[in-house]
Amino acid sequence: MTDLLSLRALSQTYVNGLDLAERIANLAGANYEETQVRAVNDVSFDIAEGEVIGLVGESGCGKSTLGRMIAGVETPYGGTLAWRGVALEDMTAEQRRQWELEVQMIFQDPFASLNPRMRVEQIVGEAAVIHGLIKKSERRDYVADLLTKVGLNEDVLSRYPHQFSGGQRQRIGIARALALRPKLIVCDEAISALDVSIQAQVINLFEDLRAEFGFAYLFISHDLGAVEHIADRVAIMYLGRLVEIGSSDEVFENPRHPYTRALLDEVPRLDRRQQEFNAIDGEIPSPLNPPPGCAFHPRCSLAAEICKQDLPTLQQGRDARFTACLLEHQTG
Amino acid sequence: MSDPVLSVRNLVTQFETRAGIVTAVDDVSFDVGPGEVLGLVGESGSGKTITGFSILGLIDKPGRIAGGQIVLNGQDLRQLSPPDLHKLRGDRVAMIFQDPMMTLNPVLRIDTQMIETIRAHRDVSKARAREMAIEALGLVGIPSPAERVRTYPHEMSGGMRQRVVIAIALMLEPDLIIADEPTTALDVTIQSQILSEMQKLLAERQTALIWVTHDLTVVAGLAHRVAVMYAGKIVEQGPVDALLDHPAHPYTQGLIASIPSSVPRGQRLVPIKGMTPSLINLPKGCAFAPRCPKTSDQCLSARPEQENLGSARTLRCFHPSEVSS
Repeated sequence: MTDLLSLRALSQTYVNGLDLAERIANLAGANYEETQVRAVNDVSFDIAEGEVIGLVGESGCGKSTLGRMIAGVETPYGGTLAWRGVALEDMTAEQRRQWELEVQMIFQDPFASLNPRMRVEQIVGEAAVIHGLIKKSERRDYVADLLTKVGLNEDVLSRYPHQFSGGQRQRIGIARALALRPKLIVCDEAISALDVSIQAQVINLFEDLRAEFGFAYLFISHDLGAVEHIADRVAIMYLGRLVEIGSSDEVFENPRHPYTRALLDEVPRLDRRQQEFNAIDGEIPSPLNPPPGCAFHPRCSLAAEICKQDLPTLQQGRDARFTACLLEHQTG
Repeated sequence: MSDPVLSVRNLVTQFETRAGIVTAVDDVSFDVGPGEVLGLVGESGSGKTITGFSILGLIDKPGRIAGGQIVLNGQDLRQLSPPDLHKLRGDRVAMIFQDPMMTLNPVLRIDTQMIETIRAHRDVSKARAREMAIEALGLVGIPSPAERVRTYPHEMSGGMRQRVVIAIALMLEPDLIIADEPTTALDVTIQSQILSEMQKLLAERQTALIWVTHDLTVVAGLAHRVAVMYAGKIVEQGPVDALLDHPAHPYTQGLIASIPSSVPRGQRLVPIKGMTPSLINLPKGCAFAPRCPKTSDQCLSARPEQENLGSARTLRCFHPSEVSS
């Protein structure tokens, strides 16, 4: 398998500049400073053709920001993003267009991500016509064919989004992504807003489409159960950094990073009855003011002196698994 | 078992709409004992939230409770006058909502809101009420509660806000708490912190809890009994182990099969076909019939009545799976 996408030390930083009043106050001797949020920090991994990667983390860990950079919605602040071996800054206009078309995104909120004033045919088919994949005269048949693939009837072509349920809208969103014949689909919490029975239908649809077209997915979710079910590899993020990445089987059976272990311990499961919930303490620190050393140390039960000073980097263990934990590397 | 804290019998709640009368809660009966946790499970539109609202008397026009009894500690809440019901809410029965900002006033400090609640129900001095508020915040795991009590809701994270709401609900030691998806919007680690605090407090005080949710996995870890709702009716009810290990209703079976972690990796999920029905045009027979794998002619023409299966299980289905007892 060849790598579709390679990320090397990718980072995203949002700078909150000074407003006029603050600048004037600074002239008068006040001391306002710019604030920086490092939303994504030093993230490296590859996605191969046809591979499903699950990206897991709690809110504010930077998983959506990472997904948006991969889909080209945001420009990275630092590091390299390469598509089919060509880095973003070296791309010709043609290569850049190919990347933008070949990576498509499916959003969390099926109500907000469809234009309420457009009909289904236009929503799904517009981009394919504009980018010259099909002629306008072929649009109707093309869209009808896609709708069948995602399990909708073709007689919905001229309906508006408000005439559909949440699960059906999410299928329209999927059809819209398929219309550009992508290679990689970024699913940002694509099933979280759906009812349980509908979630299962959509997960099955993702798997069917993958079998038929060989898509790669970046499946961003906080639902560990769904990720375990669908992903080949899983990456765990904490406060902007990857803490562990490896094959789903290995990570779910034998998590190595203390954060991954804590997450897996706390996932409610059907077979855990009358559970004693033993939560890890504390909350995710603010990315505005991350703790020194390992970002997880204030909540980690194993934290030692070294964790407060040194920043752990992602290192390969005995197998194909990478973890970012100082203690793991010592004993490893 | 001791007498139930809450006993709901044949509750019917209806809404008048332009398209006709919608029966959001249809013939619902259940009991909750002291210290017991009842998981009320259903998908969107199944009537689980309206059941909670009905118990608290929070149904406004065009809705009304059309029938049934709601008995709290031997007292029928439907017979109470509005002022008496008002006194009871927040004192004997408390509700926790999914969005903490539905409970918290964004322009008032936490202490103002908590002291107001205490003084509305208890004859105590302001200073004493403040002490009680700080104590309650400490109990739900808020660090340095004496300082945090002076902040505004927007200065807190989502998890902290939900703790404040839980503290307010627990503060007056109610007999019953109705929690409507209180942890759905929270992260996994925060969710289990809150679940663990609540578990401890409820067991200590023997408070009854109704946990309304769509998430069977949370219910598995928390509840003693489970009631599954579909289209306004409780279709199956029973002790958590019996119900999750040997579900009898095809809908319960479908819900369980839809949970990704319930099947081995690589194996396909078996989802329930179709969509959740609109309550306006329910079929004549069983509401689940159009989605059910076992539908027969009987299901299409008649609605199944609630049966008692023994060992505290009830069921509404013409073609249930065998329940080993």
